[in-house]
Amino acid sequence: MASEVNTDFLQDKKLDSIAADILRPVGITQGFVVWMGFLGISLMGCIYAYYIQWDKGLIVTGLRDYVSWGMYIANFVFFVATSLVGMLISSVLGLIGFKWVKPIARIAEIIAVAFAAVAGLVIVSDMGRPERLANVILHGRIQSPIIWDVTVVTTYLTISILLYFLPLIPDLAISKGRMNHTPKWLQNIYEVLSVKWNHTPEQYRLLLKAIRILLILIIPTAFAIHTVTSWLFAVTLRPGWDSTIFGPYFLTGAFVAGSAAVVIVMYFIRSNYKLEKYLTNHHFDMMGKLLVLVSIVYLYFNINEYLVPSFKMKTAEAIHLHDLFVGEYAVMFWSVQLLGLVIPIILLLFSFFRKPFSMLIISIVVLVAAWFKRFLIVVPTQDHPFLPKQYVPQAWMVYQPTVVETAITVGTLLLVIIIITILVKFFPVIPIWEMAEEQHELDHKSQK
Amino acid sequence: MSQNSKDASHVHGHHGHDSTNSRRDFFKNFGLFSAVSAAGAAAIYSGHSYEANKPGANFVRVLTADNRIIEVPKEGFKDIKVDLNQLQKQGREGLKGHRFVMVIDLAKCRNARKCITACQGAHHLRPHEYHINTLVMQESENTAPYFMPKPCQHCDNPPCVAVCPVDATFKRQDGIVLIDNERCIGCRFCIAACPYSARLFHWEEPLMAEADKGTPYNIELNVPQRKGTISKCLFSSDRLREGKLPYCVSACPNGVYYFGDENQDSVTNGTTKETFRLSELLKVNAGYQLMPELGTKPRVYYLPAKNRLFEFKDDKDPVQSI
Repeated sequence: MASEVNTDFLQDKKLDSIAADILRPVGITQGFVVWMGFLGISLMGCIYAYYIQWDKGLIVTGLRDYVSWGMYIANFVFFVATSLVGMLISSVLGLIGFKWVKPIARIAEIIAVAFAAVAGLVIVSDMGRPERLANVILHGRIQSPIIWDVTVVTTYLTISILLYFLPLIPDLAISKGRMNHTPKWLQNIYEVLSVKWNHTPEQYRLLLKAIRILLILIIPTAFAIHTVTSWLFAVTLRPGWDSTIFGPYFLTGAFVAGSAAVVIVMYFIRSNYKLEKYLTNHHFDMMGKLLVLVSIVYLYFNINEYLVPSFKMKTAEAIHLHDLFVGEYAVMFWSVQLLGLVIPIILLLFSFFRKPFSMLIISIVVLVAAWFKRFLIVVPTQDHPFLPKQYVPQAWMVYQPTVVETAITVGTLLLVIIIITILVKFFPVIPIWEMAEEQHELDHKSQK
Repeated sequence: MSQNSKDASHVHGHHGHDSTNSRRDFFKNFGLFSAVSAAGAAAIYSGHSYEANKPGANFVRVLTADNRIIEVPKEGFKDIKVDLNQLQKQGREGLKGHRFVMVIDLAKCRNARKCITACQGAHHLRPHEYHINTLVMQESENTAPYFMPKPCQHCDNPPCVAVCPVDATFKRQDGIVLIDNERCIGCRFCIAACPYSARLFHWEEPLMAEADKGTPYNIELNVPQRKGTISKCLFSSDRLREGKLPYCVSACPNGVYYFGDENQDSVTNGTTKETFRLSELLKVNAGYQLMPELGTKPRVYYLPAKNRLFEFKDDKDPVQSI
């Protein structure tokens, strides 16, 4: 990101056409109402499922004393993982100076905000005593990785919201007066949120400075959030969790899931909002290359995580690995490794598969596999405690997620989609001023 | 204490089980006082509520701690309630000067499961909810199977306490690891952290939730149990406060359990009531701890299952029995 903004672009006629393109889909349309209605009604069902759990206790889940962390915790890890892409695209790639991330950066931040915000709720859905949530603050013990996690997740969410909102301010100001097709209340919201922005060079200087500080701050925060999440497992003594590479292993896996999520959202914005001019084939091609890169790094960590212990086959580890490689979880394990990692890497090496539609399909498979990968990290380890499972009901021996549990998990996903839909539908999804500025500079250079 | 050491020195080198002597029960002193005062408080309270229902009575008859019946004027009378704050405070502090320890003799365990039922009765648990469970163990194919009672190990380096985000599970000065189910948020991080599978979670309304309603929570008994919180073995710290042996230890018909105080270097067998010198017992019988390589430093010791006086008979299927 440039350290200074030449505000000449505001007088450029190109700004009008860019603003018109990007603001056209903003507002309430019939499609939006139907889609939100569908999401809302489905969410009602999921909220009812949570009411059942609130009333009866966690007995309504498939969790029992041996496998006491299941779908909810896997889902939590998945949410935190996916949200990390905001940091990867806006910060790492943006600060290095890759120009192609500009129109994607806001999409990445939307994903970061939506997943990080709901991740907190996911954790609450796993609590036996959700009404005692305040105890975490009232009686928090700094030794516990849960306290670290709560701290960094909220920090990450705060910085992500700021990184979404700050670059949006000039766009909100630009949009005022160009919003005649939208409802009055939305125009009022724009009026309030644009905080009297009037495009002075001083305002832009301060804005860029603030954004730059946040972009730097969010890198260690994002590393912390997922490293600490991995420590929820790695600080225990259990085979399968007792690993020293869990931090980077989780972090690299997070970039795979997040990149796939960005591609999916990009595809639907591009096709629904007719923004092919801004989200071009080139952007999908670059995202494909990014996905290959992060997937190869993640594959490397997978090889470390599974090959080294399986070379030694320590008794307790051996039982766990046997279950993954050829036992109860083998189908899920190999599907996730092949469909979610190896095959996408091979396909995406060819530019033929880095086209928008094939990218969408590959990304959906990768994202689903990423969810099941978290399940495989969380659940099988608990299936094999050090001491034998004896004299307990048959239902305690295996973990079988229930309908209620699944509904609550689906509900959290719906909530993420609702947040993304609202942010994407009511606000400019591509940074207008950054596009206009870039265009202005390009034109200027070619004139010279 | 010096007398004790002298007694013990006579039996050095013999089998630990022969070192019987009639030492005083180490619990008696501190237990007597609290037992009497608790009884007195209960008597005063019931006397008061009986008299309060009689119209026109100005005096109330009460039983004192030293067994005298006296009459007290009604004015200036105060109800004594079992105070939650007091229970919480004393429960977190623990019993000063003690370091409790358990020794489990695997050679004697026949899987009678009396320890389990006694424990579940005291703590209002269902038959499959264990503070203590007896497992069928076998180290390898070629070695003999044996029964292993498994309570909480009350580790000196407890992984469960380290991970608890709200200080709901904690380590007391007397070595006991307890749970405060008034504070527990039900995150189950401690279950994930415990390598001994010693903890249970109340997935549903506890067995006696209805009956226990209104009873002030006793952190040393973990009753009333609560839905959505953790429970586990407490070394029967409510009984220790009264100077008694834990429920499981007293209930065992086969002499499996020894319980005592590391500071006094003495443990008492719950069945025979014989007292032994802890260090001797462990030395002579090659006592060991469960998975010491994990660094948890358990306070429960096991004596190996050697020279068993009975055939190993596993007539209860450990997987299907419930």
